[in-house]
Amino acid sequence: MKKPGLKKRLRVKNIFVFLLLCYLAFQMFGVFGLLDLNKVKGVAKYYLENDIKDTQSANVVTSIVVNYRGFDTLGEVTVLFLAATGLGAILSGRRKIKRKRIPANAMLKFGSKPLLSIIILFGAYIFIHGHLSPGGGFQGGTVVASGFLLMLLTFERYKVEHKYVKWTESVAGLTFVTIGLFGLFLLGSFLANFLPLGKVGELFSSGVIPIIYIAVGFKVGSELTGLLDNMMGVVE
Amino acid sequence: MLILGGITFLCVVLMVVAAYFAIKTNDLLSSVIASSTVSLMASVLFLILQAPDVAMTEAAIGAGLSTFVFLIALRKTERFEREEEQ
Repeated sequence: MKKPGLKKRLRVKNIFVFLLLCYLAFQMFGVFGLLDLNKVKGVAKYYLENDIKDTQSANVVTSIVVNYRGFDTLGEVTVLFLAATGLGAILSGRRKIKRKRIPANAMLKFGSKPLLSIIILFGAYIFIHGHLSPGGGFQGGTVVASGFLLMLLTFERYKVEHKYVKWTESVAGLTFVTIGLFGLFLLGSFLANFLPLGKVGELFSSGVIPIIYIAVGFKVGSELTGLLDNMMGVVE
Repeated sequence: MLILGGITFLCVVLMVVAAYFAIKTNDLLSSVIASSTVSLMASVLFLILQAPDVAMTEAAIGAGLSTFVFLIALRKTERFEREEEQ
């Protein structure tokens, strides 16, 4: 007797939720349409007008993330590091889970080896060209990690050497902080751009931005790879 | 412009449908795949809004890695949601 009433109420609620979602979806169309660049005000206007002069970076997003707001990026990288460390600590404290699964088929085994190098090349391309084209350290690092994910999925005995992962991560993080300290000592502010800026559109341009983004790419890639290997369990 | 509007409309509708399905289904594997569809459509929308950086992040992390993390968690637990006993 009670059940149909509850069910009916749930169904009415569901319809309301669905209608609300539809309403929100159509409200999104109001936001769509491109921003008129002449109407941009405040800090955004400053970035758009002075980006080339200040950093010589073709990608405004990269110059904001690494140069204007570089300290925030250091915090972001630290948060990611702490998350990976926490997960490793939680997983290593419990009893070890043996890694076992059905073996992958021949096609996957044959195809994934050449694909790994191509995926890593693509990831490296993304973070090396962070100041010229869309993307950067975080995106490229994730792409590199997904290449190792493919290997973890294909070969049941594949294992990431945590010693190398740890070293890569430490050196990358240290590079970031060292460049920041160099800026502090040479120009008086943390992460200041102390290298020559070069010309827009060249690979060796915009000072410390490419170096920092390459360090971030290595850091994110090794962190996520170690995290995935941790989650997969222990090879017996 | 019309084609772009059509793609946008399709993406938004697919996002809403996939999100609703992800909440309502009892099969958690389907739920994970549906939430990855939401991320993929969001990344297409970011690209249409001319934010390629965000679109790449969303495609790599939202649709790629987080789906895999959910799948590992799912493999160590159960695939089907139990009926809640009241």
